[in-house]
Amino acid sequence: MSPNLLELAGVGKCFVMHLQGGVELPVVAGVAFSVAPGECAVLAGPSGAGKSSILKMIFGSYRCDHGSILVRDGADVVDVAAADPRRILRLRRHVIGYVSQFLRVVPRVAAIDVVAEPLIVGGIAPAVALARAGDLLARLNVAPRLWMLPPATFSGGEQQRVNVARGLLPDLPLLLLDEPTASLDGENRAVVIDQIAEKKRRGVAILAIAHDGDVRSRIADRLIDVTRFAAAA
Amino acid sequence: MDDDAPLLIAEGLSKSYGRRLGCRVVSFSIHEGEVLAVVGESGSGKTTLLQLLSGRLAPSAGRVRYRMRDDVTRDLASLGEAERRFLFRTDWGYVHQDPALGLRMAVSAGANVGERLMAVGWRHYGSIRRGALTWLERVEIDAGRIDDTPHTYSGGMRQRLQIARNLVTEPRLVFMDEPTGGLDVSVQARLLDLLRNLVTRFRLAAVVVTHDLAVARLLSHRIMVMKSGEVVEAGLTDQVLDDPREAYTQLLVSSILPP
Repeated sequence: MSPNLLELAGVGKCFVMHLQGGVELPVVAGVAFSVAPGECAVLAGPSGAGKSSILKMIFGSYRCDHGSILVRDGADVVDVAAADPRRILRLRRHVIGYVSQFLRVVPRVAAIDVVAEPLIVGGIAPAVALARAGDLLARLNVAPRLWMLPPATFSGGEQQRVNVARGLLPDLPLLLLDEPTASLDGENRAVVIDQIAEKKRRGVAILAIAHDGDVRSRIADRLIDVTRFAAAA
Repeated sequence: MDDDAPLLIAEGLSKSYGRRLGCRVVSFSIHEGEVLAVVGESGSGKTTLLQLLSGRLAPSAGRVRYRMRDDVTRDLASLGEAERRFLFRTDWGYVHQDPALGLRMAVSAGANVGERLMAVGWRHYGSIRRGALTWLERVEIDAGRIDDTPHTYSGGMRQRLQIARNLVTEPRLVFMDEPTGGLDVSVQARLLDLLRNLVTRFRLAAVVVTHDLAVARLLSHRIMVMKSGEVVEAGLTDQVLDDPREAYTQLLVSSILPP
């Protein structure tokens, strides 16, 4: 594998809906691209073109039906499309970060613990992890009085900031961002754009989805047109 | 949970009750720190599987191997009765849906927890009581209730006490049969949060039988979906729940009522 951190070849996905008489929903076919350290590639295309599905296949939360998804993990190269669950979980701890579109809240867990959790799971001392989580929440203008509360009762924008903080906090070599600035105001959008720039400077490979033209032009080094990978219906 | 050897390996486990099938050729392995959820509706064979894995029931075919504390992996069927009992008292936990099955209801909470310590050779009253207190605190039971019997506890407290009793000997593997079943939703959330933390902190391996997909999502790394005694689908928990492939799994996932 070249110096790329991520390399997709011939990736295809089709949902089969058994409860609807086995109807097939082709999502994408022949997806091929790569992302190198220190660059941000943005997936472009209309809603429904399969952008989020591609991110989810790379993260392993969707299965990949065809092709290979190679991710570099130190000296190893792992094919997510064929890796066993334990290997994928290890990639998530050490290589692949992911900011999903929505925060999946866990009852009773405080916002600051939600943000710090990936660091603690990655082996960082809880006190250090919590301090770093607090710093990032403060930068994203989440008021300290909210930190000890579970995010279930937060506004949409506050939840999204907790979600973004959770995804951006760990120092991982590959970052997948699904609309990280949606439902954020201008000030917080700027903070996230800064964070992304900072990650790039540190050599993180980033693959993002961003509908907002301004955000896109400020983070993208390169656009990948997803309509090229439209699956034949 | 990296490149270590598996803790428990199930190979082709089957169990039939006369002509009725309890469980058919189930194979998988589980590593330290890994939580496996077994989901499916009533009668799918989940509890039979749990009993086979924990040696409470003898399989009709197949075997279970377990890596003992001395790092030697042994066939459960080859263990003598004393060895099996020792395993149950030390390295394994078993959390029942009904805490009354896993607790001694007529003795104090402290004795319920301390009893497991005495079974592994603790003799000093003061240290046993301190060990019990530490665990009552970890499961968020007020120290002032240590001398009360579980009869006087609420359902949620009883379940937390059962967990303390199981974990006090620092087992590496815990079997849980519907651990949050029969509890109020708010009590469930507290218990789940507690279990999540304990599993991470003590790097426990766990096999959790549940019909509740939300419980599986919160607690487990991997999931096995069972139907009529067979595993119909298995994999990473979020992959199976977000992208279910089999008709039965799609039905289970689509049957969840949004709150």
